[in-house]
Amino acid sequence: MKKVYGSAAEALDGVLFDGMTIAAGGFGLCGIPELLLEAIKQAGTQNLTFASNNAGVDDFGIGILLQTKQVKKMMSSYVGENAEFMRQYLSGELELEFNPQGTLAERMRAGGAGIPGFYTKTGVGTVIAEGKEHKDFNGETYILEEGIFADLAIVKAWKADETGNLVFRKTARNFNGPAATCGKICVAEVEEIVPAGSLDPDMIHLPGIYVHRIIQGEHEKRIEQRTVRQKKEA
Amino acid sequence: MAWDRNQMAARAAQELQDGWYVNLGIGIPTLVSNYIPEGMTVTLQSENGMLGMGPFPYEGEEDPDLINAGKQTITELPHTAYFDSAQSFAMIRGGKIAMAILGAMEVAENGDLANWMIPGKLVKGMGGAMDLVAGVGRVVVVMDHANKHGESKVLKACTLPLTGTGVVDRIITNLGVLDVVEGGLKLVELAEGVTEEELRAATEATIVN
Repeated sequence: MKKVYGSAAEALDGVLFDGMTIAAGGFGLCGIPELLLEAIKQAGTQNLTFASNNAGVDDFGIGILLQTKQVKKMMSSYVGENAEFMRQYLSGELELEFNPQGTLAERMRAGGAGIPGFYTKTGVGTVIAEGKEHKDFNGETYILEEGIFADLAIVKAWKADETGNLVFRKTARNFNGPAATCGKICVAEVEEIVPAGSLDPDMIHLPGIYVHRIIQGEHEKRIEQRTVRQKKEA
Repeated sequence: MAWDRNQMAARAAQELQDGWYVNLGIGIPTLVSNYIPEGMTVTLQSENGMLGMGPFPYEGEEDPDLINAGKQTITELPHTAYFDSAQSFAMIRGGKIAMAILGAMEVAENGDLANWMIPGKLVKGMGGAMDLVAGVGRVVVVMDHANKHGESKVLKACTLPLTGTGVVDRIITNLGVLDVVEGGLKLVELAEGVTEEELRAATEATIVN
């Protein structure tokens, strides 16, 4: 079965529907599936729930879907860089479920691994624990968190082979692996698709079993906070 | 007289031990990396998926695929390793990170920490802070002793939504160093030029002898 598609729109054809839950990779603007997000905007799919660590900025990442009011709910750990997000949230147009960052990552990993729930110490005694089952193990209290089972996962990788084996690059890996595994269908966008056999099998970060459709494209890869140091004079 | 931001960071760097893997928060804690004692090997974790965080890149060498948890461009080191977010927090939750040095809005005498939300004003999210304080071996808070209105941030009880309960081990402020102990806080050290009376007057929390 062919996994390589010609464009983001083609790769998403038939998988989008109103009210769906999408798990997205990326941390800030680093390693986000920017081409697939743009294609979802063009498709106009409504009432989306996103499991994504962040919500992008106003004009990039998930932010572009907030501008078009396509997002109903965000499951995120940090949304501080997005003024439109804050406006919609404070006016009650947008639902927000804060997840501690590690809990969000583990909820994706668990969902992808067929684990419906797990206990964690993270958030005990805070608003995060309200309404959740508490259980003691070895004298310490933990709360129950549930695995995420998304309708669709969209991720960004550096390279893929034609069978969907993925290699990420540096800190652009972040949530992409866990997000990819928890979707019923996973679509990956990459900078380069190479023939099977050209990636070292020992260096595959995510095996192709998790990846159903792949596209190659040009990425803007916007930098959120450009910080540099000065070269000392020789 | 009291410690400035850099002196607080330098004092916090004395908490480090050779061979430790450490997570530094945003703000003053980030400055701690400038004061790692000579000859000591400390590996910095960035919770977005990296061990062995290097300094900022030279101009023109920024890589959009290489950022820290504050979304700033950084560099790698010879011993750097990358991994995904699930593994990053597995090592945090699993107790492999020896210490986290974090900023705070409020700390209470029982070790409660509030550093992520001001209801109605600041609703950005906790990021990885709740996972860090619940998982790492030791939590050191570095912050100003008072807020910008001059009110103590070292309290009997936190007023803001909590990041974790009973999680703080040590507090380093511009006025000195305090440990969370049975019954309150214990004075460990005074900043240069600060008297015990001044520190006590600036602290709402109970200081035990």
